[in-house]
Amino acid sequence: MMPAVAEERRTPRVVGVEFPFGHAFGMPHDGAMHRRVLELALRVLAGAGGSGARVDYDAQWPVPEREAYRAWQPKEPSPIVKRLLERRAQAST
Amino acid sequence: MIVDSYRFLPRSFRPFYEGRGPFRGEEEPVWAPFTKRLADSRIALLSSAGIYLKASQPSFDLDAERARPEWGDPTWREIPASFEPGDVDVAHLHLSHDDMLTDPEIALPARAMAGLVEAGVVGGSTSAHVTVMGYQDRRLTDWKEKTSVEIVGFLRGQEADGLVLAPA
Repeated sequence: MMPAVAEERRTPRVVGVEFPFGHAFGMPHDGAMHRRVLELALRVLAGAGGSGARVDYDAQWPVPEREAYRAWQPKEPSPIVKRLLERRAQAST
Repeated sequence: MIVDSYRFLPRSFRPFYEGRGPFRGEEEPVWAPFTKRLADSRIALLSSAGIYLKASQPSFDLDAERARPEWGDPTWREIPASFEPGDVDVAHLHLSHDDMLTDPEIALPARAMAGLVEAGVVGGSTSAHVTVMGYQDRRLTDWKEKTSVEIVGFLRGQEADGLVLAPA
């Protein structure tokens, strides 16, 4: 989901997908998509010629962006996000 | 197409990830050549979605993370490649669980792997895959000293030739 970050961290082989977090292989119940993404990852695993190889999966997420952005997020903020929000609120008062 | 790495990330989080570079001491490229044919190779999956077997394994420790928000459970779970969706639950405080519980294949595609084995694209799947919970202490001390060592030992025991790491 964040191939640029994986590249910065020196991940040797990277497949980028422009999918919401929690959905590395695609939409629920879309087995064909899961298989295409996994096969691409396997091809990159076996075929990359050197460290830093990156191939991006060419597909658009089939859900409106705002809806998808909300849908992947937890129902309540994670503990670290909650703490950051509290600190930000304190700093602004 | 060039993937936008930050498309689904809240804008205020972007500076935590973008332009940070490699971890200190990990600046050099990492490389292990894959020398076998894929069709002769056995492959494992590793998901960081926090999936576990609800009948036989403990959840990842979310209470401890709630008490110490900068800490994440560094343990790992072994998930049989033949698992059924109803066998698993998800413990991850940074993601919605809804779609992963609807279809765990979106994070741990064991059936897709089995299909590629059947098609002859890949030689085989390990009999079990690995899951972890992806939110971790930034120092990664437990990961470096214990978790990664245990997982490598497990994968060697499974005679895995390669690993597909799927971040959640």
